[in-house]
Amino acid sequence: MPENSAGTLTAPTKPAKQRPGGTLYRGREGMWSWVLHRITGVAIFFFLLVHVLDTALVRVSPEAYNAVIGTYQTPIMGLGEVALVGAIVFHAFNGLRVILVDFWSWATRHQRFLFYVVVVLWVVTMLAFVPRHLINVFSH
Amino acid sequence: MTAIEAPRTPVRPAPKRGINWEKWGWIYMRASGVVLIVLIFTHLFVNLMVGDGVKAIDFGFVGGKWAHPFWQWWDVAMLWLALIHGANGMRTLVNDYTNPGLVQKALKGALFIATAALIVLGTLVVFTFDPCPAGSPADLLPSFCSAV
Repeated sequence: MPENSAGTLTAPTKPAKQRPGGTLYRGREGMWSWVLHRITGVAIFFFLLVHVLDTALVRVSPEAYNAVIGTYQTPIMGLGEVALVGAIVFHAFNGLRVILVDFWSWATRHQRFLFYVVVVLWVVTMLAFVPRHLINVFSH
Repeated sequence: MTAIEAPRTPVRPAPKRGINWEKWGWIYMRASGVVLIVLIFTHLFVNLMVGDGVKAIDFGFVGGKWAHPFWQWWDVAMLWLALIHGANGMRTLVNDYTNPGLVQKALKGALFIATAALIVLGTLVVFTFDPCPAGSPADLLPSFCSAV
């Protein structure tokens, strides 16, 4: 292969690990936590706009509110609520990570480790929420 | 070759005099974020985990909660803190993904109008809410309505 013949000129024993230089975050845990923080933040914002409007229907009539909130109790929306709570829980825990990274030099140095702490806390919280919620959605 | 600016190089340097709004926005995101974790986690626990969860939410459930000023203020605090937190976050995205100009101004204007309208609407709804509207069937209303 041509790569091999070129490789013998520089004689690397193994390929250098691809890692962009001069950056703390790019392509690794820091970047993915940032990407997820943005995506979950935008999703939560648009849900919030809708949620204020649907709750405002209590001011219209009991029938209007119950009709719309009833659509939140269907199986498909029940799964949507799992996604919503998952987004909120990640945004919450990663937001705390961002604050720690900003204010505490130990956390700045260990921001990658803290990303995995966020992931573990997210899993634990979702394990507490999802079964309970899905039983409510599917068993009544 | 154009040199790449250092990350977070401000478009305009912070003003030397007066209020540094970007700094206070940065502080607000962190302060409101911590408070919102308490407010929203409790909100989710009370509404989705206790009892029958989402299946129990109806007009009577909301009426029962907002009969207590505690939950009225809880929800209004969430409304204001979360909408401003979210709108300021969206402003960051608009700054990141659009160039200065008419489109950017229009997007920020839309964010401001939507946020202000929903804060006013939500606050009015919470504090002018009537849990026992006249003429509504009793089985849709909170149980305390029949006692009045």
